Amino acid sequence: MNSVTPTPLRVVAREEAIRPRRTNDSTPSPLKVVDNRILEAKNVCKTYRKGGHEVPVLIDCDFRAASNKITAIIGQSGSGKSTLLHLLGTLDVPDQGEIYFDGARIDNLPRRARDQFRNTNLGMIFQFYHLLPEVTALQNVLMPIMIERGVWHYLKNRRQLVAEAKDLLARVGLEHRMHHKPRELSGGEMQRAAIARALITQPDLLLADEPTGNLDRNTGRQILDLLHELNEQDGLTIVMVTHDESIAKDCHCTIRLRDGRIEQ
Amino acid sequence: MYRWLLCWRYLRTRFIALASVISVTLGVAALIIVNSVMDGFVAEMQNKMHGILSDIIVESHSANGLPNHEAIKSRIEQIAGDQIEGITTVVHVPAMVSIDHMGEPVTRQINLIGIDTKTYSDVSDFSKYLLHPENQELVSFALRESGYAPTHDRFPESGWTWRRQMAAYHKSVAAMAAEKDRLNRELLERMNSVPTNGEPENSLEVAANSPASTESNANSELAFPELPAHLQATVSKPKPTGKSNNSTMPPIDSVVSRPEDEAKVFDPEKEQHTGIVLGMSIGVTRYRDQFGAVSDYFYVRPGDDVKVTFPSAGRTPRAIEQRFTVVDFYESKMSEYDSTFAFVPMDQLQKYRGMTPDAVSSIQLKLKPGADLVAVRDQLRAEFPLETAVQVNSWKDLQGALLAAVQMETTILNILLFLIIAVAGFGILAIFFMIVVEKTKDIGIMKSLGASATGVASIFLGYGVLLGLVGAGAGAIAGLLFVGNINSIADLLEMMTGQEVFDPTIYYFDSIPTIVRPWMVVWVVLGAVGIAVMASVLPAIRAARMHPVEALRYE
Repeated sequence: MNSVTPTPLRVVAREEAIRPRRTNDSTPSPLKVVDNRILEAKNVCKTYRKGGHEVPVLIDCDFRAASNKITAIIGQSGSGKSTLLHLLGTLDVPDQGEIYFDGARIDNLPRRARDQFRNTNLGMIFQFYHLLPEVTALQNVLMPIMIERGVWHYLKNRRQLVAEAKDLLARVGLEHRMHHKPRELSGGEMQRAAIARALITQPDLLLADEPTGNLDRNTGRQILDLLHELNEQDGLTIVMVTHDESIAKDCHCTIRLRDGRIEQ
Repeated sequence: MYRWLLCWRYLRTRFIALASVISVTLGVAALIIVNSVMDGFVAEMQNKMHGILSDIIVESHSANGLPNHEAIKSRIEQIAGDQIEGITTVVHVPAMVSIDHMGEPVTRQINLIGIDTKTYSDVSDFSKYLLHPENQELVSFALRESGYAPTHDRFPESGWTWRRQMAAYHKSVAAMAAEKDRLNRELLERMNSVPTNGEPENSLEVAANSPASTESNANSELAFPELPAHLQATVSKPKPTGKSNNSTMPPIDSVVSRPEDEAKVFDPEKEQHTGIVLGMSIGVTRYRDQFGAVSDYFYVRPGDDVKVTFPSAGRTPRAIEQRFTVVDFYESKMSEYDSTFAFVPMDQLQKYRGMTPDAVSSIQLKLKPGADLVAVRDQLRAEFPLETAVQVNSWKDLQGALLAAVQMETTILNILLFLIIAVAGFGILAIFFMIVVEKTKDIGIMKSLGASATGVASIFLGYGVLLGLVGAGAGAIAGLLFVGNINSIADLLEMMTGQEVFDPTIYYFDSIPTIVRPWMVVWVVLGAVGIAVMASVLPAIRAARMHPVEALRYE
């Protein structure tokens, strides 16, 4: 597919002080990978077709994100960083290459399994928050649980689940706003709600697509502080897409994307 | 769980979808109303037909009838005796009735039915439809004194009271005519007689002076001033009823106009001919007066005499003319029966036609409740094949065409109304597509949160079910309320528009009959929900197939 076959640049996350991973033994991974690389992309290629033309978006991307770290993927608009994040989050499938999570391949899983993977092992936050406008912040936070569990299970454990969601909302500083609809919240509050939603299933990994892209500097800073806090306190692995160098600087490791290729 | 939550949210926030469901509501309501009213009509009609016609009719093709009906009756009882509740014999012939109305004969084609008063009520609700309350209790072909149709508004005076009035009036008219004839004769005689001597003068004097002549003069003088008063007496009574025309020129059903010997001894003031019960529409016509009120115009009423012409029995039928006295009207409110049926005592009809007393036209059976109509009919058919000039039919066979027509009408209406709901289904389809497009981003969000394709599809399918249930439920409630209050609604419409919904000159019922069958309601509601669900399948599939990345990017 790709005529260009450059030697892939291996980007190994900068190792820093390893904090213990937050305990989540509900889904023990069968394959533990050495040097605790939680997420790994191998020679991933993705091409979009536009009007008969094939536009390569990602070319032979090789990359690893270490667990308990914040990894920033930085690049200009159109460099393919969002696409890479979608591939990592199994929202899309690569044309070539493989993606591993905790040593298990995830890109070729059946659709059902990928849905389940996204639901339980992964949290995602977006630039435009992507909260459901019809329901309150609390219900938005509960949504992944509602998706995961059946009606009866949900109704049976409702009290406990709601309490968990409220705790989480309190943790992101939104306890006073939990019964508001998204349109009644500010951008920062919406992003906090989105973070709470991403964390409700206690995932190992948080994928963030320009989480501060739509916020002013100050609010963005608060959101980043929150993410750092989560990383430090819970050992949450975060992969964050951004175009802002200053944000990338604070992350544990940085991956640069240019024209679909990873460079160091 | 999220499916139900979102379904519920969409239902509460997307009013445009509710608007699309209004057509479902209307369709369901219309279906329920139409079916209930049609069922009411059919049931009423069947009830009447069944009430009038007995269950099974063993009928002879021959004008001379079944020769030995006792033998046939016992044979029938052998075959199906345990299922028979009542049995009666009937003689019926096509006939013409001639009503003398203001000197003009009004003729009607009728079905003259001779019934056995003792047993006929066993098989038919005949007596229920008679107007005189005592006749309803016990059928009699004797004229009643008065008191006809107490439930009818403005029913004119009938019975012996009326008959005597008319007879007295006709008598006085006859007397006057006789007097006039006599005077005319006298005058003629005098003009023709040649005055050879003084005798004519004498005779004139005698005529002028003789006590007899003065008496007759006095009589005529008395009679003439008396007449208008008498006329008024007979006329003024029906006048407030709006049928005064009836009597301004009285029916010349008088003794005088009939020169037969029999008439001379027949005194209409005290005697009646053989009684006849006429179908209401034979003797009465319904019209609308200048004020828009519906009135009955009586050509004939109980107490009047009519002439009936019918064929005799025998190899070469001849027309027989017979005079009958109307003793009651028969009002089943089935125009077909009311305008053709006339009942007379069977033994009399047999006598007039020259039939032997054991010959009848048909044997009618009433079956016990729960008996198998078709089975009994088929058993009897096997016993009496068509070759024996006997025909065995159930009441349904006889009214098959009408029942089938009504059935077809109902079916067609149902199909048409269901098409309305189907059209509503396409409205739902379009609006659902819109909602899916509007909710593209939400679909993307839910997929990114791990919702499966079927989960997303089921949101929209569930939404369709909810909308269908809401629409059909509202329609069912509206329809049932409408049916429950249909008569008040008809009255209200009449009051508002001044146009009668059911014209009483056309329809013979004062309230609209309705029957609500629960299963019909259930099927209609299920059908409507089914259409709503089917309409939401395509949008749901589209939602399920959306690519999460593209859906998230959608603005």
